[in-house]
Amino acid sequence: MDLLAGIFTDYTLRNVALGAALLGLVGGVLGSFATLRRQSLLGDVLAHAALPGICLAFLLTGTKAPLILLLGAGLAGWLASLLMLAILRSTRLPEDSTLGVILSGFFGFGIGLLTFIQHSGDSDQAGLDKFIFGQAATVVGEDVLTMAVLGGVALLLVGLLYKEFKLLTFDPAFASSLGLPVRGLGTLLTSLTVIAVMIGLQTVGVVLMAAMLIAPAAAARQWTNRLSTMVWLSAAFGVLSGVLGAVISATRENLPTGPLVVLTASLITLFSLLLAPERGLVWDWRRTRNNRRRIRLERLLLDAHVLYNHAELTPESLAQRRRAAPARAKEELEELAARGWVTGRGERWELTEQGHAEAHRLEQAMRVLPKALNPRAEGGAGGAA
Amino acid sequence: MSSDFVIVLTAIFVSTASALLGSFLVLRRMALMADAISHAVLPGIVLAFWVSGGERATAPALLGAAAAGLLTVTLVEWLTRTGRIKNDAAIGLVFPALFSLGVLAVSLYFRNVHLDLDAVLYGEIAYAPFNTLEAFGLNLGPESLWIMGGLTLVNLLFVLLFYKELKLSTFDAGLAAALGFLPAVLHYALMSLVSLTAVGAFQSVGAILIVAFLIIPPATAYLLTQRLPVMIALAVLVGAVSSVLGYVLAILLDASIAGMMATVAGLLFGLAWLFSPVGGVLTARNRRERQRREFAARLLLAHLAHHDRPVPAREVLEEFGWSPAFLAQAQQWAQREGLLAGDPNGLRLTARGAALAGERP
Amino acid sequence: MIKSSINEQASALPRRAAPLEVRDLTVAYHEKPVLWDVDLSIPEGQLCAIVGPNGAGKSTLIKAVLGLIPKASGTVQFFGQPLEAARRRIGYVPQRSSVDWDFPTNALDVVLMGLYGRLGWFRRPGKAEREAAMHALEQVGLTAFAHRQIAQLSGGQQQRVFLARALAQASDLYFMDEPFAGVDAVTEAAILQVMRELKKQGKTVVVVHHDLETVRDYFDHLTLLNVQVIASGPLEQTFTPENLKATYGERMSVGVGR
Repeated sequence: MDLLAGIFTDYTLRNVALGAALLGLVGGVLGSFATLRRQSLLGDVLAHAALPGICLAFLLTGTKAPLILLLGAGLAGWLASLLMLAILRSTRLPEDSTLGVILSGFFGFGIGLLTFIQHSGDSDQAGLDKFIFGQAATVVGEDVLTMAVLGGVALLLVGLLYKEFKLLTFDPAFASSLGLPVRGLGTLLTSLTVIAVMIGLQTVGVVLMAAMLIAPAAAARQWTNRLSTMVWLSAAFGVLSGVLGAVISATRENLPTGPLVVLTASLITLFSLLLAPERGLVWDWRRTRNNRRRIRLERLLLDAHVLYNHAELTPESLAQRRRAAPARAKEELEELAARGWVTGRGERWELTEQGHAEAHRLEQAMRVLPKALNPRAEGGAGGAA
Repeated sequence: MSSDFVIVLTAIFVSTASALLGSFLVLRRMALMADAISHAVLPGIVLAFWVSGGERATAPALLGAAAAGLLTVTLVEWLTRTGRIKNDAAIGLVFPALFSLGVLAVSLYFRNVHLDLDAVLYGEIAYAPFNTLEAFGLNLGPESLWIMGGLTLVNLLFVLLFYKELKLSTFDAGLAAALGFLPAVLHYALMSLVSLTAVGAFQSVGAILIVAFLIIPPATAYLLTQRLPVMIALAVLVGAVSSVLGYVLAILLDASIAGMMATVAGLLFGLAWLFSPVGGVLTARNRRERQRREFAARLLLAHLAHHDRPVPAREVLEEFGWSPAFLAQAQQWAQREGLLAGDPNGLRLTARGAALAGERP
Repeated sequence: MIKSSINEQASALPRRAAPLEVRDLTVAYHEKPVLWDVDLSIPEGQLCAIVGPNGAGKSTLIKAVLGLIPKASGTVQFFGQPLEAARRRIGYVPQRSSVDWDFPTNALDVVLMGLYGRLGWFRRPGKAEREAAMHALEQVGLTAFAHRQIAQLSGGQQQRVFLARALAQASDLYFMDEPFAGVDAVTEAAILQVMRELKKQGKTVVVVHHDLETVRDYFDHLTLLNVQVIASGPLEQTFTPENLKATYGERMSVGVGR
């Protein structure tokens, strides 16, 4: 509680938390569109490509004003995305390799520039490297304001063009047939992603930026089947990760904010993947296990049914029929008994009334099975006009 | 050995070891998996560092990193298989999480020890000559040279021994499996070697820039040739050239050696993109210009075939919206081929031209 | 030859401009022609099939006509107007496989997208649009599935959602790209019923089709395409063994003279 209260009283913590929350908000919203457009790693490329932009902006202007550096970062990221498109259009190089080349080439150049600046003895330069891993503690009020303005513009545009972005993401060919400028809208969406990256540079840095565009969106997708809900949830998860990461990092010295924000977002994603209603993997596993168990029991009952009708039902005969050890067969009979399908003890077992009925039902079901598997007979799952 | 020589030789080993594996990564569309692995080795190194009691020990570091690399590959593949997350998003989820764990551990427990984050970024290849390997009281020379030389040898042997299998499983995994070549085993072996190479290179060029060596030279070679053996050889060459030129540039500018090597590699890629004889942008533009002319000439023939009389150039320009210069080029080509007759009243087909226009393209 | 006689008729009679008039259309991928010098006139109020072998450029024709891919030459007019002026009168059903059905949205939402063109920039769909979309879903028999996430629909149902989206466009001319590909019998019947209903309302439907067996039962007008137009005109005149042989090559063995 003291910690959370710190957000309102502690000036540094407030700025850090605000910066991280803004990143989570904007990253969550734009990440939703990026992941659905299968451009998840675009953010990673844009972020790595931002480093030389920051260095060049400093070299050319000699200032460390956040807006100037961020503009340099944004321009470099934007340039990288254009270069990427040009390479993809003009060569047969696979997309992932193209991303890798742009990412590591720009980043290597950025490292070269950064070390060049550091070694040039300019005492003003200290702190440029904070953009690599992020150094949230250096976020001051002015930075938060810059981020808020940038993020506000990006969110406003998403709000205005939500319907168009949605259609562009789902079905670009149809969007184009309606007369929407598909290419322009795509470039705009990429540019807005550049803005999200600019906001994140100081907090989580270029290396970890990808996660803030992917994790909240991937988590949100698990909870809903509606895009609007997904965007809101993704934003909420992003903000939550930002604030929690900032607060946790304030509990101890030497706890860097960026990695904590990213880890919080990753944990939220893991939790959603496993436990979200409907899509959660745990439910899947449970369903599969129950199904397997049910099918095994049903086949067991049918075996017992055959033996009881045509021979005698004993652990030995069941073991023989199922090619299992007698001890195992005894356990299986107990399992059937637990369901009320057989009764007996030791060597003498018989099917109950309920067991007979169930076995009969199963046999009937198996007889109609071939018909149900025929797609022509049933048609689609739904009735048509 | 002079220290310059040691540094450049180490760099060439790094780039060669990477290019050998990277060629297959590019062809198998696993470039971004390499990116993920290179980030994810950090927690593996940290863990090994912790296990060995804060000493920088090579063997545990290699093992830890290989384990972390395989963990990354397994996690990404598992996430993709669940069908809840697309492959690229899975990569982008796994490596930042693992890298964050690594950074967190470094800042918490190993602050100002031998591991610092700058080294993670761009390595300390400049120190390569000074970390020497000693055994049995003998000074065996720079340690990084031994590590990277050894890894280069291992990777070379791997590619040579399993060349046929690698090639087949890269182009047709299904067939490779049917023939009993175990593509999955090969896949994990390749991924393990990528992890080992990433951690071996970690000391010299850093975890992140290793991606530049794994991807850029093979991608450059990919633009220059369509034959696998040539591609691998060219990738090694591009890597070596980047190493030497990058080192020279770094000395001149007093900048990070690894950073400048990656920069040079990127520039070489740019050159290949523009000027490659097979599909370079400028080469292709010239060829396209020629094709466009020929194509326009065929369009022109088809149009003229509808008319029995000579068609004035003005009409053609209106019909196709071409510039007069472009029409002149197309006309010139068709006349040279003997498809178009010189007629003062306009454009008219020769008998050969009419025959060609009647054919299906 | 049939083509030219019909064109002459069209120019002889003063009448309303055809829903689709294509002249000299050529489309090339990397300078390799995919469509060559295509002339096509689609008559109003008919069900028209475009048929041809794989790689004949059937889908390319629709995409080029709708401006989704650039054309190397040629003009396209809809109801005597260029594409931009006629956009609101054109509906489009893309191939089902062209989108990711795991997208987080439901059937009703997809159908609503058909109304985005009419809504224009910035405006969001409201109650009136929702009702129109529900009506379109009703026409394809999917009212009960309006709020179902689209991944949970069967392939045939997904195809019908796309059809409903085009219906919501309330157009005069519809393009459908392989609507019958890989759908169940119920869906096939539903699509056919919708097409016939559209015809009754005087609308024109152009369908890329691959099943020669059903051409005769489903359509009034046929265009045989293999890079070039082989034949185009009323079904009785164009659906001949000679034309099919010219389109598909010698190995064609579908009984035409049933």
